[in-house]
Formats: sequence, structure tokens, C-alpha cells
Amino acid sequence: MPDFYDDDARLTRPRIVALALSAALVALLSLIILTAPGDLERLNLVARERLTESGVANPVTAVLLNFRGYDTLLEVAVLLLAVIGIWSMARYARVWIKVPDTPVLAAFVRLVLPLMVLVSGYLLWLGADAPGGAFQGGAVLGGMGILWIAAAVWLPDFQFQRFARVMLVLGLIAFVGASTLLLALEGSFMEYPAGEAKNWILVIESAAMISIGMTLMMLFVGGIPRLNEGTV
Amino acid sequence: MNLILTVDVILVVIMLVTAWLALTARDLQRAVILFIALGLLVSLAWVRLQAPDVAMAEAAVGAGLTGALLISTLNSMRELQKKKTSEVTPPADASPTPQEANHA
Repeated sequence: MPDFYDDDARLTRPRIVALALSAALVALLSLIILTAPGDLERLNLVARERLTESGVANPVTAVLLNFRGYDTLLEVAVLLLAVIGIWSMARYARVWIKVPDTPVLAAFVRLVLPLMVLVSGYLLWLGADAPGGAFQGGAVLGGMGILWIAAAVWLPDFQFQRFARVMLVLGLIAFVGASTLLLALEGSFMEYPAGEAKNWILVIESAAMISIGMTLMMLFVGGIPRLNEGTV
Repeated sequence: MNLILTVDVILVVIMLVTAWLALTARDLQRAVILFIALGLLVSLAWVRLQAPDVAMAEAAVGAGLTGALLISTLNSMRELQKKKTSEVTPPADASPTPQEANHA
């Protein structure tokens, strides 16, 4: 099998531009870190003080889903945009994985997949009190999908496409829907009613987790699943 | 205290060495594997920085997903290369078996 070697060490113009941009980014980030305002410690204290009102005990989840929920809403939208971008550019989906000719892999994958669903749900629930949450759970779900395809236990086909589309937008719909509902009920965007924050966060996170998982899986598939057999 | 500092210093050194090796590797397959190793080391660094949430995301996305995507890309490059060479000098049996066509 011809392998790929990268012998080309010339300093071409695109490479010089990339080098300059990377250096500029490093300089900018260093500058921001070095000149960051000193009251970050105060912000930390304020966030920790109000943690009991956030509905969750894990400060990271409190910031992501409550204090700065708007940022996370945009992040979920960015993930959806990534898949739309790939689907617009790729002519057809194709997964380039050599499947070893052994039943062990498929059997192992069949065994481990249900466990991964369980783990992702556990991580989501855990996110309220400890490190975990929608992104971590979604990553496990996405990994499950990739393993599924990579072991060729199952390949996404045309019928799967409609299901995938629904799953992809679920997180954003839940997020925007909840925000709009809150706007109508509470009069302000992304502000949970006192004492009920946990339920709202759980619903939004569950939907976001499914969408994140499907997004990661679709990034791996690399195009719109459309063929019934043959290439993915 | 001193032991932990030593572990941290070793982690930083291994991280930098792995990053350098990944960047300078001539063999792209080697570079991809080194990159995955780097992702796992970086996630360890996040744990040491007391950011377990970021560590989990780094391990899953930085090492796992990106690694899978890079391996997939490498395989697609190989496949294209094979197609190109077979166009120049067609081998006796150029058509892939159904198994290969499914997953190649």
C-alpha cells in the first residue's frame, strides 16, 4: 500500500501567511491573558454565591446552561451550521474505513453500544452535580455512532436521513423553544422561574445532547446519507 | 508537592515533544497517531488544570473524533491514489470485491 509522505518543507506563500496568522493569534491570546482585568476573581465569587439559585450544583453546568445560557444556545446553532456546511459541500457521504474481516469487532460493538447509551444518559444526569453534561454525553453518543459505522455493523442509508435531520435540529428547537416560552412566561429571555431551573435545564440538555451526538456522527459520515446500499 | 510538580513537568515535556514529532513526522499515518496521543496528553493536562469538563471534551473530540476523521481522510487519500495508479496501469483485477466496495 503506497503510504503518504510529507517531504515538502518549502516555505511557500500560503504557509508563510498561515505561519503569520498563527503567530498573530498566539500574540493576541497572550496579550489578552496578560492584560485581563484583575476582577476575574470577583466574578468567580459572584458566580459561586448565586450557584444555589442556578438549579444545579456543578458550577460549569450553571454557567453553561443558566448564567450564560445564551452562549450555549449559539454554540448549539454553530454545531448545526457545521453539519449544514458539510452537507452543502459533500456530494455524497462516504466513510473510508477498512473493516477487519473478523466477527469479534462486530460482536464487541453490539455489546458495547447499549452501554454507551447508558453512559451518555448517566453523564447528562451527572452534569448537575459533577463534571459532565450535554457535551460530554453527546460526545459519547457521537462516539457510539462512529463506532457503529466504523465497524460496519450498520451503515446510515436514505431512510436514516430524515431521522438524522430531526435529531440534528432537536437541540436548537428545544433551546429556542424554551427561551421563547420563558420570554412569554417570565418576560425575559433565558431566565428560568425561581426553583424550577433544574427541570428546564434538564429538558434543554437532553435535547442538546441528542443533537450534539448526531452532529458528531454526521461529521464522521461526511455527507448526506443517501444511498441504500454500497457506499455510505 | 514536589512529586506532583515533577509529574506536571514531565507531562509538559512529553506534550511538547509529541506535538513536535506530530508536526515533523514524514509519514502521515505516524503524524495522525501522534496527534491522537497528543490529544490524550492534553486532556490529562486539563485534568491537572482542574478542568475535568474540558478534559472530557478534549479526550472525546480532540483525540477521538478528530483522530477518526484524520484516519478516514488518510484512507480516502490512499483510495484516490490507488485509483490514479490503476488508471495509468490497470492491474489484472481492478474491480473491488463487494466487501471492499462497501467499506472502502
